[in-house]
Amino acid sequence: MADFEPKIVAFVCNWCTYAGADLTGTSRIKYASNVRIVRFPCTGRIDYMLLMKSFDEGADGIIVSGCHPNDCHYTSGNFHARRRWIMVRSLCDFIGIDIRRIKFSWVSAAEGAKWADIVNTTVSEIRELGPYNDYKKVAKRPLKEVSHG
Amino acid sequence: MSKIGVFVCHCGENISATVDCVKVAETAGRYEGVTFSVDYKYMCSDPGQSIIKNAIIEKGLTGVVVASCSPRMHEPTFRKACAEAGLNPYMCEMANLREHCSWVHEKGEATTEKAIDLVRILVEKVKYNQSLNAIKVPVTKTALVIGGGIAGIQASLDIANAGHKVILIEKDPSIGGHMSQLSETFPTLDCSQCILTPRMVEVAQHPNITLYTYAELESLEGFIGNFKAKIRRKSKSLDEKICTGCGLCTTKCPNKKIPSEFNEGLGTRTAIYVPFPQAVPNKPVIDRIHCTYYIKGKCRICEKVCPTQAIRFDQEDQIVETEIGAIVIATGFAVKQTDFFPEYGYGKYPDIITGLQFERLASASGPTLGEIRRPSDGKIPEKIVFLACAGSRDEAKGIPYCSKICCMYIAKHAMLYQHKVHGGKSYVFYMDIRAGGKMYEEFVRRAIEDDGVNYIRGRVSRIYEKNGKLIVKGADTLLGGIPVEIEADMVVLATAGVANEGAEELAQKLHVSYDSYHFFAEAHPKLKPVETNTAGIFLAGACQAPRDIPESVSMASGAAVKVAGLFSQDELTREPLIAVVNRQAAPVYSSCVGCFLCVSACPYQAIEKEEIKNRNGEVIKSIAKVNPGLCQGCGTCVAFCRTKSIDIQGYTHEQMYSEVMALLNEY
Repeated sequence: MADFEPKIVAFVCNWCTYAGADLTGTSRIKYASNVRIVRFPCTGRIDYMLLMKSFDEGADGIIVSGCHPNDCHYTSGNFHARRRWIMVRSLCDFIGIDIRRIKFSWVSAAEGAKWADIVNTTVSEIRELGPYNDYKKVAKRPLKEVSHG
Repeated sequence: MSKIGVFVCHCGENISATVDCVKVAETAGRYEGVTFSVDYKYMCSDPGQSIIKNAIIEKGLTGVVVASCSPRMHEPTFRKACAEAGLNPYMCEMANLREHCSWVHEKGEATTEKAIDLVRILVEKVKYNQSLNAIKVPVTKTALVIGGGIAGIQASLDIANAGHKVILIEKDPSIGGHMSQLSETFPTLDCSQCILTPRMVEVAQHPNITLYTYAELESLEGFIGNFKAKIRRKSKSLDEKICTGCGLCTTKCPNKKIPSEFNEGLGTRTAIYVPFPQAVPNKPVIDRIHCTYYIKGKCRICEKVCPTQAIRFDQEDQIVETEIGAIVIATGFAVKQTDFFPEYGYGKYPDIITGLQFERLASASGPTLGEIRRPSDGKIPEKIVFLACAGSRDEAKGIPYCSKICCMYIAKHAMLYQHKVHGGKSYVFYMDIRAGGKMYEEFVRRAIEDDGVNYIRGRVSRIYEKNGKLIVKGADTLLGGIPVEIEADMVVLATAGVANEGAEELAQKLHVSYDSYHFFAEAHPKLKPVETNTAGIFLAGACQAPRDIPESVSMASGAAVKVAGLFSQDELTREPLIAVVNRQAAPVYSSCVGCFLCVSACPYQAIEKEEIKNRNGEVIKSIAKVNPGLCQGCGTCVAFCRTKSIDIQGYTHEQMYSEVMALLNEY
């Protein structure tokens, strides 16, 4: 799996992790280019059906990251996200999605280096695990023809 | 049919050095719905913005994607440009090619591929953007200033002088902060209290300022222009209206051995006390932890001697609820104590003191009335050693940053010592002398050249006591690292300036960010140094990073201008990125089934029950309804809703799913 480049989607909150990833940029810390950031107002907004959809659409790994506990810009969104994550985690485990493919973390606006670190670790871990093929195996369809918009 | 314009910025070379911007623009131009795409050196410049505006007008664009820096930087710029060309500003999205791509990856195919993906997902998102109108909210023209040190005082005075009401809260019994403890100030050597106390008095007498000392913020709700604060006024055990401040109680209090916080433990105070003679307000408080009556239930001497019967032993804390429009945080800093340093005796040698303790010794209002005397035996030290960078710039101590003020105050301390103790010898151990500032370098040179302070470049490894002397062992790195040993009578540690205890808790109450050292985080390190990421909350002084007095004052005035600017408007516009419950035609009315899970999820109590009635006034359905004035747009309710009936404008299900699907279909 050495030449496999994993596709990783990151769902991050606007106030902490998005800003933290901005700081990684302003600090010019280099990290693997496999991750694509999708901005949400808060981790509490992240609908976990979107995680399932991401795997369906061909993601190999997912990062969900927001403010540290107690630091949420909206008081408690990250707690809701965490609570929901604990449930989704067992669900994923139960239905056979390797939970190592989903990284849940807290990255504050001041933790630019931590963001780079999380991306790099996730990329190398997913590289070890190989591509996520389960959906493709059961539902054969030409992915490119899926229409949207 | 969408007509989307894609505008790819080179950001000089910041993006184009690693990303092939021409290719990004070309590829984007081929996407369905994209009718115009272009790359340009500086999109945010006037000509750059004109390209966007002209394209909107000439091509009749329905959506715009600007691929440049972080939206946290320039989203308002580009939204405004769109609005000026007649496009709804919320039809504009930004792809973050700089902070999230070009700056963090090496030049190459993969980096350009990523940039293309980032553009594509926003092209798909913007297809589902809706025209939105900013929400207008009123502004409460009262500011809350937290912390009554020099920064808080300056901010309060500036806001009050601009004609607005200010509530200033201070946790201690008097305002004044650290500046009131200082003896003289660098680089002019003027007396700190002489320049500060007139301002303290001005605060107390200003008609626009309400001063609550011995008070702390209990909680905060709301948003810019419309905050609701609860302030806890701790019980002073005193009726301030009756008390004349005669001070008889403080002279008669039998409990006289309490270490004085104002004198940094070098002097004592009574249980009922005024922290220092120039305190504002100059009225005592009872320290209930040390007061004999509260401990043993007997004494009440202060009550007996009080000529106006102002003592109130049964007084309780009072919660003041108030509406405010803006907040200035000016809570200052703390210094590490000597017990933080095992190598310098864990604080067990009384003659090793902190810089702040030295200020009290050198101050005319201090415990020695300005004479430099050792805390242990009151002798005048013949040899004194000052240690710069005690804790600061020391990764091993967890304080890698420079505390900034120490180089200057050490030069001042050594100078004051030389002026007060004729024939005394002073030594300064330093790593580097950082004297950037107007007249600062000249001040340090004066200490070395005119006052004969011996500066030794090197660090001190150990200090221990031997025959009544403090043996300071260090090295002189300018002489090749030769060992230096000084038998000193007294040692002053310029201990690191750190965030206040409780800064993290306050940040969480206010929902503002803080850095890894627990200093409050500014919104932008260069361009928004006094703003926080939370609109309407500003920073002043050393709560943001170590700051000296002129910097704290400048920041405070800066924050005050921001507040005054905010208060110059009668109405504010707020981002319309809020939740809405869908509505449909009868007989469904809404897909909401009225489970009201969203009500329990909402942190702002912004969701209410709405009853839909028929012509006869009978309730036929209960559904959720979002109060747009209260909703802050977190979207927690959206993820909670099982019937997908509530959605958040700007981050709708359609938009987010389109982003993810667009990304992965071609990724």
